[in-house]
Amino acid sequence: MKSAVVVFPGSNRERDMVAAIEKITGHRPVTVWHGDHDLPKVDLIVIPGGFSYGDYLRSGAIAAREPIMGAIAREAERGVAVLGVCNGFQILCEAGLLPGVLMRNAGLKFICKEVELRVETTASQFTRGYAKGQVIRSPVAHGDGNYRTDDETLARLKGEDRIAFRYVANPNGSVDDIAGVLSEKRNILGMMPHPENLIEPLNGGTDGRPLFEAALSAVA
Amino acid sequence: MLQNDTPITPELVASHGLKPDEYQRILDLIGRVPTLTELGIFSAMWNEHCSYKSSKKWLRTLPTTGPRVICGPGENAGVVDIDDGQAIIFKMESHNHPSFIEPYQGAATGVGGILRDVFTMGARPVAAMNALRFGSPDHPKTRHLVSGVVSGVGGYGNSFGVPTVGGEVNFHERYNGNILVNAFAAGLADADKIFYSKAEGVGLPVVYLGSKTGRDGVGGATMASAEFDESIEEKRPTVQVGDPFGEKLLLEACLELMKTGAVIAIQDMGAAGLTCSAVEMGAKGDLGIELDLDKVPCREANMTAYEMMLSESQERMLMVLRPEQEKEAEAIFHKWGLDFAIVGWTTDDLRFRILHKGAVVADLPIKELGDEAPEYDRPFVRRPVPAVLKAEDVAEPNDYAEALLKLVSSPDMASRRWVWEQYDHLIQGNTAQKPGGDAAVIRVEGHDRKGLAFTLDVSPRYCEADPFEGGKQAIAECWRNLSAVGAEPLAATDNLNFGNPEKPEIMGQLVGAIEGIGAACRALDFPIVSGNVSLYNETNGVGILPTPAIGGVGLLPDIDVMATVAFKHAGDVIVQIGRDGHHLGQSVYLREILGREEGAPPPVDLAEERRTGDFVRGIIRSRLVTACHDISDGGLLVALAEMAMARGLGASVKVPESAATPHGFLFGEDQARYVVTVDPSVLDAVTAAAAEAGVEARVLGTVGGEVLDVADIATISVAKLKQGHENWFPEFMAAAE
Repeated sequence: MKSAVVVFPGSNRERDMVAAIEKITGHRPVTVWHGDHDLPKVDLIVIPGGFSYGDYLRSGAIAAREPIMGAIAREAERGVAVLGVCNGFQILCEAGLLPGVLMRNAGLKFICKEVELRVETTASQFTRGYAKGQVIRSPVAHGDGNYRTDDETLARLKGEDRIAFRYVANPNGSVDDIAGVLSEKRNILGMMPHPENLIEPLNGGTDGRPLFEAALSAVA
Repeated sequence: MLQNDTPITPELVASHGLKPDEYQRILDLIGRVPTLTELGIFSAMWNEHCSYKSSKKWLRTLPTTGPRVICGPGENAGVVDIDDGQAIIFKMESHNHPSFIEPYQGAATGVGGILRDVFTMGARPVAAMNALRFGSPDHPKTRHLVSGVVSGVGGYGNSFGVPTVGGEVNFHERYNGNILVNAFAAGLADADKIFYSKAEGVGLPVVYLGSKTGRDGVGGATMASAEFDESIEEKRPTVQVGDPFGEKLLLEACLELMKTGAVIAIQDMGAAGLTCSAVEMGAKGDLGIELDLDKVPCREANMTAYEMMLSESQERMLMVLRPEQEKEAEAIFHKWGLDFAIVGWTTDDLRFRILHKGAVVADLPIKELGDEAPEYDRPFVRRPVPAVLKAEDVAEPNDYAEALLKLVSSPDMASRRWVWEQYDHLIQGNTAQKPGGDAAVIRVEGHDRKGLAFTLDVSPRYCEADPFEGGKQAIAECWRNLSAVGAEPLAATDNLNFGNPEKPEIMGQLVGAIEGIGAACRALDFPIVSGNVSLYNETNGVGILPTPAIGGVGLLPDIDVMATVAFKHAGDVIVQIGRDGHHLGQSVYLREILGREEGAPPPVDLAEERRTGDFVRGIIRSRLVTACHDISDGGLLVALAEMAMARGLGASVKVPESAATPHGFLFGEDQARYVVTVDPSVLDAVTAAAAEAGVEARVLGTVGGEVLDVADIATISVAKLKQGHENWFPEFMAAAE
């Protein structure tokens, strides 16, 4: 039930993520600094949202080359669950741990609103708490959420059932309405929406909870 | 590049915005001709922005204290007690001129500046808002300015990580050449861990923190002369460039450093950067400051002392630290990748001494720089208030339904969703009431139910017609919006935007508005704890509408009982709290439907305002209310339409026969009024309580259906209203340039 939240300079939803995980599981995640070379033994590593390094150069590009990313790649290889939300998704793509890139929203504007997501696969420890085809609500808050891959990669993602969530109404121009994708071994999830901001009645709903509950109860 | 011994000519003095008599005051004060750097320092300290020389006399009349006020005006922001050993720290500040020149960076650095004001005091920012005023939608620059300002506000706040939860956007041709960007920020701190700018102790290190100093913004405010200097002439933007990433690092580093106990005094570098911040810290602590500019981290080579002292580079702080904790402090800043440099010392000689390349380039009396700034009692005239326009003398609409649709789809009344969806209003996970209601509400971190409410308000058209009543109304509406969600209004911040105070009629507006604000604050026990004055908002001799924007903060002990504007259940009874409407002078109806901006604004009876607001807050807290909305722009019918659109649920109401005129009843903007909905089972209790409180309560009808129906007067589908209401902004912004 242990988890770690990785903090880069410019991360800004790490406090949301820490609070959400603590509220849902009763265990406070450890926060890990970007300059560290090692991770504590945990069951879930989260790269939270934000603007690491100001999104300068490209969103996630500088963070993806930080020392801690080597440790994350090693842990992921061992099968530890890794969740990247928003900027975390961008970092995972830039680090090559997930395929594709996240470009500027098609409308060229930052978008903060609640959207609907369709759960496309339950075959992952992040999504097994939902039903396949279930429509859940989730806030988005991003300027660079337009997910893109080449055709070959897209075909692979589809063929291997690695599309975790699709937008019901595409807010940012993502190819094939993709909101979140899984790694080949299915233990890395990257997603633009923020499940951590919809976990209690104050947020107007709790549709984000099953993701964390499943991710943190998956490990025996 | 001008040297420090450049001869001080009358032209050079004038180009620094100093009047001949102000220059004489400098000569008398220091007994010699100032150096160039000294002239720059005086111009920075004595300009309107830093010295409040035209407004100070009147600002002093405002109530600034109260049982919950921990720190009023004079520090970086106001500090107010919110129980449990916690404090809310907030302020609003303008960035009008830069935003007109370069809308994205102007607005972004406006947000950056106000956030810094808040975290300088030890608070983590938890909410931001902004009051934006643009020219007519038809004006060729308006779209460009709206687009740039909104992305700039979002670009900074979203990256920094503060939820932008509310604000105002208005359009009027009087802002065509001079838009207003007023940014508000609030932060949370422990009440016993507030940091101030007053330095204490002699011989202590003065530390520079944050980003490097560049030539950006040098003399942005005080220098415009072409013949002054070749190097400054090379079209450098006078607008600073914001780095929200740098600011986020600065926030985290400052809060981490503050926890160590190393910080004695702290001041952010805002307007006139190093000059204002150093003088502030020294003068407040009765200490001198000596700065060695060779130690200042610079972004560019060969900067002169003059440039360094006047640079407005962003994301910088000045601190006085405990020397024994210097290493600890340095380690924290280096961890966050920020510059840390000891650039000077506190002294006991009350001088502000600047060293550069081994020479003393400025040596001035530090107290007098602030205390002896000129102060003006500017002549003013009060323009006669226009006569009250009787509803009987205002035409009824041909079609009430069409008129309502036109009102809710008009530029000033249409939904602002296009704006606030570009702002991250959810970050931090505490947003309990999103933009679009009467006030935004956030949960106080660490508490399950305690919340804070925030709103920004002013009706410039009222202030133009009658500055005194308009000033009162701005406070009253702010107080009312907080009450309408169930919050106890705590305190306010004011951002006074006016034209040229050297014109007696403009000065009259400023004086009238401040008097009105003061009267309302006193009557409502709603002190002003911080603020900002922005004058000279004029283009081609035409001033803006007088715009004293008010930001208010309220406390909710239990967010479970807060009210929202949306109708909740079919069958709920709709009750108007307060008197019947009839006042159409300066109303949105008059302007949008009849094309007239006339008459006196609605007067505010402050005793009635208080009685009504206290009553409404009481019934919300007693869980008797299912929805609540204040009645303001557009009057009762617009308020009902907004409640209907918020839920997609209609209502049937009736204009009472006793109403003198139906359009006065439906569109009048009389003050101190609310609409609430209640379950039928508690209606009698509510009306009885109202009678006991001496507040009028009139049953208007019931919630339900898909149309808004005013018996025998108007029927219109809620969906159609919503379509018009939601579409105006995106369609306006998408229209071909």
